[in-house]
Amino acid sequence: MTATAEAPAEIGAVETFEVTLRVKRQNPEGNDAHGPGEEYWEEFQLTCLATDRVLDALHQIKWNVDGTLNFRRSCAHGVCGSDAMRINAKNRLACSTLLKDLNPARPITVEPIAGLPVLKDLIVDMEPFFASYREIMPFLMTTGPTPERERLQSPEDRERFDDTTKCILCAACTTACPVFWTDGQYFGPQAIVGAHRFIFDSRDEGQWERLEILNDRAGVWKCRTAFNCTEACPRGIEVTKAISEVKHALNTGEV
Amino acid sequence: MTNHEYDVVIVGAGGAGMRAALESSQGARTAVLTKLYPTRSHTGAAQGGMAAALANVEDDNAEWHTFDTVKGGDYLVDQDAAEILCTEAVDAVLDLEKMGLPFNRTTAGTIDQRRFGGHTRGHGEAAVRRACYAADRTGHMILQTLYQQCIKQEVEFFNEFYVLDLILDGDPQAATASADVAVAGVIAYELATGEVHTFRAKSVIFATGGAGKVFKTTSNAHTLTGDGMALALRRGIPLEDMEFFQFHPTGLAGLGILLSEAARGEGGILRNSTGERFMERYAPTIKDLAPRDMVARAMANEVREGRGCGPAKDYVLLDLTHLEPAHIDAKLPDITEFARTYLGVEPYTEPIPVFPTAHYAMGGIPTTVRGEVLRNNTDVIKGLYAAGECACVSVHGANRLGTNSLLDINVFGKRSGVAAAEYAKTAKLAPMPADADAAVAGQVASLRATVGSSDGTEKVADVRRELQETMDRNVQVFRTDESLREAAAVIVGLKKRFENVAIHDRGQRFNTDLLEAIELGFLLDLAEVVVAGALARKESRGGHYREDFPERDDKNFMRHTMAYATSKGVKLDYKPVVVTKYQPMERKY
Ligand SMILES: Cc1cc2nc3c(=O)[nH]c(=O)nc-3n(C[C@H](O)[C@H](O)[C@H](O)COP(=O)(O)OP(=O)(O)OC[C@H]3O[C@@H](n4cnc5c(N)ncnc54)[C@H](O)[C@@H]3O)c2cc1C
Ligand code: FES
Repeated sequence: MTATAEAPAEIGAVETFEVTLRVKRQNPEGNDAHGPGEEYWEEFQLTCLATDRVLDALHQIKWNVDGTLNFRRSCAHGVCGSDAMRINAKNRLACSTLLKDLNPARPITVEPIAGLPVLKDLIVDMEPFFASYREIMPFLMTTGPTPERERLQSPEDRERFDDTTKCILCAACTTACPVFWTDGQYFGPQAIVGAHRFIFDSRDEGQWERLEILNDRAGVWKCRTAFNCTEACPRGIEVTKAISEVKHALNTGEV
Repeated sequence: MTNHEYDVVIVGAGGAGMRAALESSQGARTAVLTKLYPTRSHTGAAQGGMAAALANVEDDNAEWHTFDTVKGGDYLVDQDAAEILCTEAVDAVLDLEKMGLPFNRTTAGTIDQRRFGGHTRGHGEAAVRRACYAADRTGHMILQTLYQQCIKQEVEFFNEFYVLDLILDGDPQAATASADVAVAGVIAYELATGEVHTFRAKSVIFATGGAGKVFKTTSNAHTLTGDGMALALRRGIPLEDMEFFQFHPTGLAGLGILLSEAARGEGGILRNSTGERFMERYAPTIKDLAPRDMVARAMANEVREGRGCGPAKDYVLLDLTHLEPAHIDAKLPDITEFARTYLGVEPYTEPIPVFPTAHYAMGGIPTTVRGEVLRNNTDVIKGLYAAGECACVSVHGANRLGTNSLLDINVFGKRSGVAAAEYAKTAKLAPMPADADAAVAGQVASLRATVGSSDGTEKVADVRRELQETMDRNVQVFRTDESLREAAAVIVGLKKRFENVAIHDRGQRFNTDLLEAIELGFLLDLAEVVVAGALARKESRGGHYREDFPERDDKNFMRHTMAYATSKGVKLDYKPVVVTKYQPMERKY
């Protein structure tokens, strides 16, 4: 619980500290103490290294304390998008959040991302999220014959949509959005980011079809510019800016 | 239990699996089974680039690329396969561009290219710009683009389905050379429900990726546990050249997270504790851009001889401080961010602590150039294909060149997809026994039964940690007879202990505790094969360096290892290397 660093670390050894992880849990099949689907909080006291991330702490629990704790993860360095979670009330990737950056003097809370059905512990149903992504037709659309060589694109045109190509589909933005939580229809910031990546690609000819989809009831006009999404994006994508560029295109008819 | 029937079943939705799916689903009913959501696959972690002699920025051709691949692989490369790889490279890159991949561009608007280790012009004269790239997120862009195309083509995915068995009709080892052995299908475990599914198929493609988790320090994902390789091995299929594992020079020290070779391609320099650019001593011509095995050994050697950096003198430094911050931001944004996030180092002004990290399995399931899986040196298993890192064609030989794997997954992913669909056109479904799922169901049930029982005394995490530690200590950059024997003995002990593991979670739904135990079983089997091959290979070649046999020995060892699992342990055999144009010569850079 206390975050006092251990006495001077040995040369070459990494410092350790004590930390409490408060994890929100739910087991659809229930267990000895809790009924099926019942939500509860559980605290774990851990000794962690100064280089440890939240994912390391979760692994420590799973591997040494309680193997029933469930979460998704794969790459462990912020590129696969498996482990978006609500950590101290903010959406982040567990694998790229260092414990020492979270004020380990106080318990660190870890919950599933909000707005998607919880399936077990930190695992949520990603299907509705991916369904929204599929809806905006996230693939290059072109007409005319396929060229022999590559389609040409200037570095400036390539730069135009660079930011939104970084998306790893982790859902941190969408599940940080208050409109997404309350409005069953809104397909959320990620789908707009996914559309932006093609709408502003000079090679693409499907922009008006996509813009039409975003103009729809469930689309871009639901955004209330809360900026939660931009803050939540672990890839540093300026999500709100991308959304406003899409709005601008709809208002002016120009991309 | 649920039964499914398809023309083609693809196991794995990384670059290789999805590239195959885009081909096979055009003419054959295809299902893709993947233990991860497709976009979580580790292809997305690839950074630096994909090789192809487009000659967009300077003179280049496929023959030079082939030569580099063969020489880089220390002459253990099958040269017919390398020719295909390098010749089809150009279309593989152009295909991706046409699918929408956002490559970096030259001022002329063409795909930009940059330097990478071991890629040269004129057979080694100087480094050449051959790597097509999208900043340091090339793999991410490939994975996204292929997934997007799969959405467009409405490819059918079974996400979070773990394939845990391969069903063959006929015994690949008992069958005589003329008898047919055919694939019947696979058995999969559905993570969300715990249900066991049987998939019958005319063709099956394994595209399950690497096995880096055999080691402790690795650039590979937690999920890269060599499942496809181990399943094949258990069903009597040999594994080829498994002792050849690539240790990438620049992993973040202590963590193993990769910093792409692109950092050196863009001008980064390796330095030891005296500040010396030590690669000048080891590879005078191309220095920091020598092939990975050489650079990794040079680094380990600097540390061994006391010129390491840091409090424990156990790493060297990757220096980017002489590069313009704007250039770093444009070309290497992600990896410099990794240094900031995980080590708190600012690459603009401070050099980055790095040390070799287990990165890539050159070996794998042996295949022909059409992706067909071999059950011995010559005969294929009908309908069974493998592609990507889990396969061994062999285009990488004893050491893969950087940017040749993203190429491999595209070229041979496509080829296997084409071949699998073509075979499925005329083939019949092979018979599948009614109890085909019994082995998996039994394994799952007996692991569940260990929950809370007094028999299971071992923890999965302990056995795995000890395995990874012994592999790092004994089977890494430097190997000796003694170190390998020690590793072999430890693995025997761990396999015994593994029989006695207990898990915690008895649930049906999302039981990742259970699956980690099963994955550990794969790792143990593969580690045993790696060590057996390494012990028998009394020479040094590419990624396999024996201090007690420091020279390459073409007379005795210019041949592929073929490892078989038998009831008496690993049995080794050998397969000739295909040589077309390039006679082995000394590998100097
Ligand atoms: C950090 C890093 C950087 C790299 N950079 C480069 C680079 O710049 N250039 C280059 O050429 N190469 C690079 N490589 C190597 C290259 O990225 C990989 O070799 C390649 O992407 C492997 O692709 P794959 O399709 O074979 O496997 P993966 O992309 O790993 O996909 C494996 C798939 O198999 C599935 N799977 C596994 N087991 C099972 C199972 N039991 N049941 C069902 N599904 C299963 C997984 O879900 C996944 O979808 C890099 C590698 C790493 C680790
Ligand atoms: S585990 Fe891949 S993003 Fe965190």
